[in-house]
Amino acid sequence: MIVPSPVALPGPWAATAMIAAIVLSSTAGEVLTAAAMKSIGDLDAIRARSGMPGAIRAVVTCPLFFAGVGFLALAFFSLLFALNHLNLSLVAPASASLTLVTNAIAAKLFLKENVDRRRWTAAVLVCIGVYFLAH
Amino acid sequence: MTHHRLSTRQYAILGLVAVCAPLGDTFLSRGMTSLPPIALAHPITLIAAVFTPWIAAGIALLIGFFASYLTALSWADLTFVLPATAFGNVIVAFLSRFWLHEPISIQRWAGIVLITVGVGFVAQGPSLTERPAREVELEEEQVR
Repeated sequence: MIVPSPVALPGPWAATAMIAAIVLSSTAGEVLTAAAMKSIGDLDAIRARSGMPGAIRAVVTCPLFFAGVGFLALAFFSLLFALNHLNLSLVAPASASLTLVTNAIAAKLFLKENVDRRRWTAAVLVCIGVYFLAH
Repeated sequence: MTHHRLSTRQYAILGLVAVCAPLGDTFLSRGMTSLPPIALAHPITLIAAVFTPWIAAGIALLIGFFASYLTALSWADLTFVLPATAFGNVIVAFLSRFWLHEPISIQRWAGIVLITVGVGFVAQGPSLTERPAREVELEEEQVR
């Protein structure tokens, strides 16, 4: 059995850098993945037409999908690294809340989604809600 | 803008997105905190961590999340799907209150209400941004 050794928690700048790495790589990954899925079309319809192999083929032959997965993998390993140094109660809500806002901005800028007042309000409410839930 | 109504099956997929993500994160946290601190100079130890039971189970749940997330993104906007992932925090809070009998502070109840209202706001609106067919065709040609 591995016994964790006691270590000092990282300072605020190091914690900020770890959370920023998760947020930025996650936002890039999610926007690229969303762009890939929009270019592929409705997966349920593709599966009904050409079965599960057809749906998988449609996804894995899209270059944008792999760019997105690359950034999501980077976000995942950034999360693992941060969880090793910081508490889950800090990392999970901070990264989840900030990612919601950065994603709404990126979706409007790059995906041309209609982020209307309703969606902005929802993003802010969920962002504050996640923060409250973790404290 | 056309109001895209979701089917029961599509709501079920959004439910999977909401449940698998927080459970996967919790499993990962349980696994990573039981490991000794990992230095940035030795990133290869992060790869080894992937094969420990808690982290492997967390990854399995996150794969389930990713499959349902990709499906949801194929018929809904990113800004519609993302609040659904946050709703998973509410599900975990309710499970901990009524299943594990853990106390929930007023601040946490406030968080639950805010997330529920936020998700309700988005769910009332259209799930997909309507765009002219020609614009979509041009973008698809660029991707190819």
